[in-house]
This record gives sequence, structure tokens and C-alpha cells, in this order.
Amino acid sequence: MKRRPQRRVAVIGAGLSLFVRRALETGKELSYYAASQALESAGVKLKDIQGVVMATAPDAFDGVHMKGEWLLDGAGGVRKPYMRAYVGGGSGVFSIISGWTLVASGLFDLVLVVAEEKMSSCQPHPQGAFLTIFDQIIERPLGPNLLWIFALEQHRYMHTYGIRNEDIARVSVKNKRNALHHPSAQVAGNLTVADVLASEVVAWPVHRLMVSPISDGAAAIVLASESVAQRLSDKPIWVQGVGWALDTSYWGNRDLAYPRYVEKAARMAYEMAGVSEPRKQIHIAEPYDPFAYKELHHLEGLQLADRGKAPEDLAHGRFDRTGELPTCVSGGLMGVGNPIAAAGLMKLCELYWQLRGEAGARQVPGNPERGLAQAWGDLMQIGTVAILGVH
Amino acid sequence: MSERVAIVGAGTTPPRRLSPDLSYRELTFEAATRAYLDAGLTHQDIDSFISVCEDLHEGTSITDEYTPDQLGAVLKPVQTIAGDGLQGVAVAVMLLRAGIADVVAVESHCKSSNILRHGEVLEMAFDPVYERPLRVNPHYVAGLEMCRYLHDSGTVAEAVAAVVVKNRRNALTNPTAPYGAVLAVDDVLASPPISEPLREADISAYADGAVVLVLATEDVAKRAPRPVWVRGIGWSSDSPWLARRSWSEATYASMATAMAYQMAGITDPRQEIHFAEIDDTYAYKELQHLEAAQLAPRGRAGRMTIDGETARGGWLPINPSGGSLGFGYCFDTTALYRTAEAVRQVRGDAGRGQVPRATTGLVISWRGVPTQTGGALVLGAH
Repeated sequence: MKRRPQRRVAVIGAGLSLFVRRALETGKELSYYAASQALESAGVKLKDIQGVVMATAPDAFDGVHMKGEWLLDGAGGVRKPYMRAYVGGGSGVFSIISGWTLVASGLFDLVLVVAEEKMSSCQPHPQGAFLTIFDQIIERPLGPNLLWIFALEQHRYMHTYGIRNEDIARVSVKNKRNALHHPSAQVAGNLTVADVLASEVVAWPVHRLMVSPISDGAAAIVLASESVAQRLSDKPIWVQGVGWALDTSYWGNRDLAYPRYVEKAARMAYEMAGVSEPRKQIHIAEPYDPFAYKELHHLEGLQLADRGKAPEDLAHGRFDRTGELPTCVSGGLMGVGNPIAAAGLMKLCELYWQLRGEAGARQVPGNPERGLAQAWGDLMQIGTVAILGVH
Repeated sequence: MSERVAIVGAGTTPPRRLSPDLSYRELTFEAATRAYLDAGLTHQDIDSFISVCEDLHEGTSITDEYTPDQLGAVLKPVQTIAGDGLQGVAVAVMLLRAGIADVVAVESHCKSSNILRHGEVLEMAFDPVYERPLRVNPHYVAGLEMCRYLHDSGTVAEAVAAVVVKNRRNALTNPTAPYGAVLAVDDVLASPPISEPLREADISAYADGAVVLVLATEDVAKRAPRPVWVRGIGWSSDSPWLARRSWSEATYASMATAMAYQMAGITDPRQEIHFAEIDDTYAYKELQHLEAAQLAPRGRAGRMTIDGETARGGWLPINPSGGSLGFGYCFDTTALYRTAEAVRQVRGDAGRGQVPRATTGLVISWRGVPTQTGGALVLGAH
């Protein structure tokens, strides 16, 4: 099948709210903050925006049915073509793919993409909303929760490749330290591997400091067609490739050691971006890190590290800000926070700032020219990948 | 690269009030099998998949988890649109035009019979702070809107009843529609009021079912057995607030049809549209949507209906399938059912329900109370 989209699409503005544990703002208001910042940074008004795309994860967090409809005025969707696309935890990175689809189709020239999540409204704890993600007949009677199933996956990953928990704890150390420079960060910190392993076990082998927090927040970007981007922006950042793939719902039948759906998504994006040697051609990566092991697991799926070898690369400094392939320089979900859909789009905002050389103290040296962001979600099932670049 | 897109396959399960024998995954599998057969393709030929569903209708959070297997979409690009069926079709059209797929499948299913009290689910769609404490019932909102529409447009209650009579009679000629009936205007007016002037007979009854459509680029469609061309598509939303909407006009439908007409190059819809499948979740909505789509002058849709102009033998047949009143209301799946019916009409497959000269058809959808979101689709034989 051909995957040679003809129309080029660029990011010309980005906005991000603070990521916090309990925002006083409603989801509509958080969306408004991020959206207005993105519009301002792009130098456009809401009236110029032709279409709006919203990403937000389960309705159960807010207890609002058709949550996308409810959020639409905060996101600027009134009297416009507006829609909500949804792939669970992968929604944040998928949101740029939705927006890209609108512009690349030739039907829209200027599109606003908003991602919002307010998890704190779900009482007593948002994990409760996740009890309803499982199959009604074969899984819910077991009472599983997300921490358990990801602990299973981490355990399988460690067992298959002989990885130790301290290798995984290094992800928390790196990302929380990177986040010290991020103004929106919720859980930045200067920790050691020993600190991470000394935190309580929430579901073995997962320790508390290996899990991203409950967060509220929103992110937004403005996408433009080629001619509009060149008119409005001094340095548009181009969407070079997009990819996504959803694996079977029956996660119990899969080998959890390797995320093949991430590989599928990545290969689709690399093909579109013309990337044949990702380890050389990707200069900066924002893999999805809701749990510490996921960053390593995903780097392998993305073909940016050999299977089972990402922990070694990490220990040797390959993924540091000054390393060969800086990863999660924003601080990621482990450091900035994890308002689910907003966290994915936050990674794309980071690439936008990094590629424009505007990331301040977080800036990666050497003028990176191409970056990749990836998210993951559902029942350890979806991979979403977007590649941005300066050309 | 071609910009033209066609529907090359449509598969449905017959809508039914109850479906205790089949899970939603089995319903979807059936619809998908039929759609792929109709398109002369297999699941392996499909590049990208779209599922249209909402968490609280499914009783599952992150319900997109359960979409791939029954479509044959494992490890393929799959996305969920938490929106209207026509928004799902719009995404398919855009993926094809963007050049990232040659064949796309759009799926939606509805198991309304699993929901004990749908009204209570809809109440959760109101704003939790300002609107929900009023304990407003969704039918009450529809009653208010109907009242305002009748008042502002000068439409009489008999015209709304005539919509019910027409659509349920049309359903008798549709072999899959479960709610066909021969009624008189007086029968409808004698049905019990739910929220005056809205009556029980004005409200579409629920149905279960699944629909899969297969869309393709021009190159693929030319080799397909029976393509129906997508000439235009549009969708739009107005304010979600009850307090900030136009209660008498369907503004979202005006904007959505304007977008679709522009893409289709339609300047005089009354001349160029030959039939339409228009949302009639509540009977008055058909009239409101007809006016929003410029198929009837403001305040004239009721008179057109009473005079039989929108009957199957009239100059502008509306809802020859039986509409939601005759076919059943299936949440966001409704729009895909109506699109599948429009495809049958354009292909000349509608049997006793066939409209003559059905070469250009329009579909209009609405997401229901309390939303102001809807879509529009123009289909053509060429």
C-alpha cells in the first residue's frame, strides 16, 4: 500500500497548562488555557481556526457522558467542525494524527488540537475508573486493576531478558531529574536509584516511584497546511510521519515482553517520514513512560534499542540529555506528570520547542533536527507514533 | 493523487428491539462480513479502521480496546471516534484523501437493550455543576425545543404527526425495519404526552444492531463492484450549553450541510438533492433539519409534509427507509444505518421502497440531546 501523503502539515504553535494533582479549574477551563496559549504562540485567533480536534481519555474520570461534547466550548469548538478521537492512553499522541488527517486531506488549512485530562474528579481514586476497562465476562470477575497488569508486564520483561529492578529505577531517576527544568512539572526530583527502590512496593516489582502520578492538565497545538505555515511561522515544525496500530483485545494471549504494536506503528511512521535508519536519523525521542519500565520497553519497540538491551544503554548514558539519543528530556510522565491525553500531547509540545531551539534549560545540544514521540494505551495494546522535523 | 472517494461496501445487521442471542462483537462481525463481501474485499485488503462508540453506552471505559478482533483489524491502524457516525465517515474520507490509506472500514454498533435506563445515562451528559442539579430529563429538553420550533416557525402539531405517519408507513416496505405501522394523524395526536407538545409516538424506539461501511480511493473504487460516490461531507457543533443554543433552529445542521454542499458543488439543494435520510430521533427534528438543510423554506417543512411532498411518491422523498421512527434509534450507529440505506437507494437496491431517480442523496445526522452536533453526507451515483 502506498503511504505517500502529498500535502505537508506543520506545527506552528504549542501551549501547555500546569500539571497538578488537583486543579481547581474545570476540564473546560484547562482546555481553554492550553488552547489560548497555543493560538497566541502561533499568532492566530480562534476565528481563523477552521476545525478543532479533542483528545481526552475515559468519560468515567469526569462522570460525564459524551465528554467530548461537554468540553467543546473550552477547546474552542463552538460553531466549528469539532471531533474527538480516542485510543485510550495513546490518545495524546494520536491527537496530532487526527489533526494531521484534517489538514492532510486538503479540507482544512488551520486546525487546533487540544488534549485534556482531569483525573482528580474521580473519587476516591481514578484507579476506580480503570476497573471498568476490563472484559465484562472473562476479566472483571477477577477484579484486576491497571497496576497489577502492568506489574505482570514489567515482570515478564525483566524475566525474559534478565533485567534487574535497579536497571528500571534509573528511568525514574533520569526523568524526574530532567523535569526539574520543566515549568509545568508536577513530580520533578533529584533522586537516586536507592531512593526509588526504597519507595513502597505497589504491585511487585513496581515501586511507587516507578509509577507516574495522578494529574490534571491540558496541552494544545496549532497545525497548518504548507502555504499557511510558511506565511504564519518563521520556523514551522513539520509532521514528517505518523503511525498507529492496535493489537488484539485478548492481551492474555500475547507475549508481553515485546510491544509488537509499537513496532508496527513505528514502521508505519518511519516509512512515511523516509527514515530507514532510525537510530541515526532520530535525534531526540519522547517514548511513553507512565511506568518506568515502559520507556525501555517502548524504545525497543521503536527500534531505537536492541531487544532487552535498553536498560544497558540507559546505564551507559545513551539516553541522557547530552547522550547519543536523549529520551524524555521534558521529564516525561514520570517527571512532568500524567494527565493521560494531555501527557501525550505534552511530549509533542516538547519536540516542537526542542526542534525550534526554545527549550531553555532543557534544550538538547547539537541542534536536533528530527524527533519522535510515542504513546501507548488500552490493554497494553495500542502504539501511536508521530515524527516531527525541521524540514 | 485522486481526491474522489466512494463507499464500496455496506453491511448491516437487521435492527431489532432485543438481541439476546448475539454479543455486540458478534453483531459487528456479521456486519463486517457482509460489508467486506459487498465490497469484494477481505479484511486483509483494508488499511485503516474506524470505530464509532461512546464509553457510557458500552458500559466499558476506554471501549476502543474491544474494537479490533471482530473487524479483522488486529495490528492494523484502528481509531475510535467518540462521536457521530458521520464523523467516523468523515475521518475515513480524510484518511483516503490524505493518501495514507486506500481502503478504510468504518464500524459502529449499538446494544441499547443492554441499557436499563438510557435516560439516566443521558442525564450524565449535562454539565455537572449548572445543568445536572435541575434534574432535567432529556425528553423534556426535546419537548422544550419542539415547543419553540413550532412557535417560531408557525408549524402545527399535525405536521409533526404527519412525519410519524409517513416514516412508519415507509418502514413497512423496508424488510429490515422493525417498527413499520399504518397510523393516522389522529392516532399520533392521541398518544400520551411525554413533555408537551412532544408525544410518545413522536419519539423513535430503541434498536440494537451493527453497521460496517467500506470506503476507498477512486483507483480502488473503480474496480469495486458497485461504488457509490461521496460527493460531500460536513460536520459541525454548536454550543453544548442548554442556555446558549438556538432552540428553534438546528444551527449545527445548517453548518454541516453548508460544508457538505460546498464540497459537492451543490448550489441549489432543492433541485440537486433527489432524496434524503434525515435524522428523526424526534419527529419534529425531521422538519427542523429539512429547513436547516435548505430543502424547505423556513416554516414550510410542515406544510410540505402534510401535502405529501416528502412521501416516497413526492418530489423530495424524505426517509424512504422509514427513518429512526420506523427503523429504530441506535445512538451514533443511526447515521451509519441511514447511510447504508442511502447507498441502497443510489444503487437502486431498495426494492419496494425504491425512490425513482435516486441518483443524489443526502444524509443528515444528530447526536441527540443534549448535544448540538451533527453531520451531513452527499452521496451520488457518479
